[in-house]
Amino acid sequence: MILEVDKLQIHYSTRSGVARAVDGASFVVPEGRIVGLVGESGCGKTTAVRAIMGVLAENGRQAGGRVVFKGQTMDEATTRRLRWRDIAYVPQSAMSSLDPVYTVGSQLVEVLTKRGTHSRASARARSAELFDLVGLSERRLADYPHQFSGGMRQRAAIAMALALEPSLLLADEPVTALDVIVQRQILDVLRSLQQRLHLSMVLVTHDISVVAYLCDEVVVMYAGQVVESGPVREVLARPRHPYTMGLRNAFPDLLSDALELVPIAGSPPDLSEPLSGCRFVPRCPFAQPACSIDSVVTGSDGHRSACRRDAEADTIRTAALDPRTWQRSSSFAMS
Amino acid sequence: MAALVELRDVVKHFPVTRSLSELVRGAHPAVRALDGVTFDVGDGDAVAIVGESGCGKTTLGRLMLKLVEPTGGAISFAGAPMAEITGEKLRAFRRQAQLVFQNPFDALNPRFTIYRAVVEPLINAGIDKAEHADRVASAFRRVHLADFDRYYDRYPHQLSGGQLQRVVMARALVLGPRFLVADEPVSMLDVSVRAGILALLREVRETMGLTAVYISHDLALVRYLCERTLVMYLGRVVEDAPTEEIVRRPRHPYTQALVAAVPVPDPDQSRAPLPIKGNVPDAREPPSGCSFRDRCPHAMPRCATETPALKPVAGGHQVACHLDTPTSP
Ligand SMILES: Nc1ncnc2c1ncn2[C@@H]1O[C@H](COP(=O)(O)OP(=O)(O)OP(=O)(O)O)[C@@H](O)[C@H]1O
Ligand SMILES: Nc1ncnc2c1ncn2[C@@H]1O[C@H](COP(=O)(O)OP(=O)(O)O)[C@@H](O)[C@H]1O
Ligand code: SF4
Ligand code: SF4
Ligand SMILES: [Mg+2]
Ligand SMILES: [Mg+2]
Repeated sequence: MILEVDKLQIHYSTRSGVARAVDGASFVVPEGRIVGLVGESGCGKTTAVRAIMGVLAENGRQAGGRVVFKGQTMDEATTRRLRWRDIAYVPQSAMSSLDPVYTVGSQLVEVLTKRGTHSRASARARSAELFDLVGLSERRLADYPHQFSGGMRQRAAIAMALALEPSLLLADEPVTALDVIVQRQILDVLRSLQQRLHLSMVLVTHDISVVAYLCDEVVVMYAGQVVESGPVREVLARPRHPYTMGLRNAFPDLLSDALELVPIAGSPPDLSEPLSGCRFVPRCPFAQPACSIDSVVTGSDGHRSACRRDAEADTIRTAALDPRTWQRSSSFAMS
Repeated sequence: MAALVELRDVVKHFPVTRSLSELVRGAHPAVRALDGVTFDVGDGDAVAIVGESGCGKTTLGRLMLKLVEPTGGAISFAGAPMAEITGEKLRAFRRQAQLVFQNPFDALNPRFTIYRAVVEPLINAGIDKAEHADRVASAFRRVHLADFDRYYDRYPHQLSGGQLQRVVMARALVLGPRFLVADEPVSMLDVSVRAGILALLREVRETMGLTAVYISHDLALVRYLCERTLVMYLGRVVEDAPTEEIVRRPRHPYTQALVAAVPVPDPDQSRAPLPIKGNVPDAREPPSGCSFRDRCPHAMPRCATETPALKPVAGGHQVACHLDTPTSP
């Protein structure tokens, strides 16, 4: 395991109290593997990767749990030492974070000389290489960000994260706003980097299709917790947690005959309220009274689910395929 | 049905900063964002425009809303040439044609309350103040923001992406438009929220009888919204057909690549490798002839010299490729 996240708790202090953005999340990243972190917005994906990278917002702090990188429990000093060199990060808003007054090339050179040990000359050569890697023409180094389309800006941001050849890349929604061909090309670049450099990766996305295409493992987060995790094939073909099933239904599928998307009604809970039991209760068509009492994680090595009705997963999965299931009131429970 | 928007050979060039050698040569390079686009949007239709980043989708949307002027060609709205829509007519047009932005997080002024954001188009259009509250409330109702008055005093950062996108839509709908251009309306949203917004887009189009143009790069999404899809490449329409045809039987080599690139949520459905390489070439210097030829696996000599015109190949299906047209006229 290159990375182990163990019962991680990240709290933000806000005017309305403490928001438990990550509340006991555990997952692992096997060396050389790509792990997809999926879930709706606000469920703590960005917070989790920012915590690993050690770049939490001012009002955020690690309130519990551990992050272990290459066998070493991370503290502030180790995080600072490894940041960018061993662990790199493509922020969610990377696309809009380029400075409008400098050329993209000079910003890349800046990153290479400030974060790395490059001289300006070698940084320029490396910039051209990096641009090539992400499929941008070298000539575009001289352009300003506003001359780039959205897709080109995102490629540049990815080039910046890859600058120092890290061994673990945390990429937060790196292909989200990109068109499919560029998206596929970048996913293929990431895969080739994984293979060539034995790069390990955490790919934050809400796109199950991206996970299906690129990732080896998937970690599904809901309300600050991991509700299901395991090999991508297993989890997507036979999801065990109703939340994963709901996500799968809400997702457009180019090859399906169904021309109806089924939303999961409601929204994730407010994380500054005290929560107990399974956090999916208010939205889960399969919730039972016992679900509110506590949550249980079942399954061992490989495929894990945090649904207390896990023994009935097969029947629940069949029922979840029917759009009507998701229209019923949240108190609907299967007999 | 009659066309609401008609585009004839529309061209849009943007001047670009000249490189030193271009200065020396006295060249005046331009990005050919749109390079001869012709199509109609039927009244009440929902048409999708798909294509790679930079192919001109947003520019096309902005032209249809008269937010920019074309360099060449003609656009008309409800039979009136856009060039003649000025003064009072322009104000009327602004009420009828609305834009839903690409990114709800950028679409609203962060310093304005939600109420202010939605009422603003009414103020700009000079609508009687007495009508504002009712109109705003009905716009919020349309986008299913329950307890809408609860949102009035909030600021954009206090809303979730899905709520924000509903507010952005309320703002676009508050004047009761007949034409809507939605530029990547859901690309920034979550799956589950997105499913709800897509249903909402379908619903408002049906109940308000809207004509809509959806700009997207995501064929998988477009399938849920539009009966017809136009595929663009480097400022040109390369294929125009019913969406299911585009998805199931793409004919242009570029469309075939687009379809192949779409990931699907099933790891057992292996996706074919991309049939094309490289990137969209620099829009300043597109290849001669067919601008797709440097990436096309089927390119032939003729493709370098002759630009393929968009021609009908089957009922309601048009393609701009020499493979799909007779070799000699
Ligand atoms: N104001 C401008 N000045 C110079 N070039 C521009 C300007 N606006 C757009 N362009 C260029 O015109 C071309 C088309 O851009 P446009 O924004 O219409 O593409 P798009 O298809 O909407 O892309 P995306 O999917 O990234 O939104 C691109 O090459 C772009 O760089
Ligand atoms: N700086 C912050 N201060 C307070 N709350 C925050 C901050 N950043 C994120 N949050 C909250 O933490 C939760 C998780 O957010 P985030 O990690 O961004 O989720 P995701 O990446 O899954 O969308 C959300 O409820 C969000 O509103
Ligand atoms: S069945 Fe109960 S435990 Fe399982 S996801 Fe639904 S609410 Fe949670
Ligand atoms: S015209 Fe030629 S280069 Fe263009 S798409 Fe057709 S075969 Fe390919
Ligand atoms: Mg995030
Ligand atoms: Mg655009």
